[in-house]
Amino acid sequence: MASPTQQPQIAQRVPGEKSSLPALVLLAGWLVPGAGHLLLGKWVRALLLFVSILGMYVVGLGLAGKVYTPNTGDMLDMLGFAGQLGTGLLYLLARLFGWGAASVVNTLGDYGTKFLVVAGLLNIIAAVDAHSLANGRKDSL
Amino acid sequence: MLTHFSAMLLFALFTSVVFGITQRAQPKMMVRFGAFCFALFVGTVIVASWAMWAIKH
Repeated sequence: MASPTQQPQIAQRVPGEKSSLPALVLLAGWLVPGAGHLLLGKWVRALLLFVSILGMYVVGLGLAGKVYTPNTGDMLDMLGFAGQLGTGLLYLLARLFGWGAASVVNTLGDYGTKFLVVAGLLNIIAAVDAHSLANGRKDSL
Repeated sequence: MLTHFSAMLLFALFTSVVFGITQRAQPKMMVRFGAFCFALFVGTVIVASWAMWAIKH
């Protein structure tokens, strides 16, 4: 029978302890989908998140989804911009290289726009999840 | 070229994977919750599609 001292130790964050890791993980996860989980050594989750969010983004561009720009004055455009900004560097690349459509021209284009916005929102959820893992708010199994 | 249905399937798949990973802590529960979300997405679309067909006819 194993004594209590021989049981595996689970690394836990000390309450009040200052660490820059959670913030770094959050930032990395926002910039590159799955990067936050990768920094925490959870490479399978990181790969699945990367493929899923990138897949959503690529399908959105493939369906000629609209890439929103800030300051158009339209509230829905601003909300769309906020959502798409969640894709981090992918949004920056889309703006830099002119990917996506400037306006929605058909039904599938509307679908594509939703794919792009949801890709950003999912990436924010993934980045916050990595942050919760890093600061111990979520169990790390 | 994607059809509306295949686009919906991809949307359900990608979203379910992210939901499964982020909303559960244990790998087994992640798979179960992801599969549940996928089934719910696809099931809801099929039911809504037949409902719209019934309303039209």
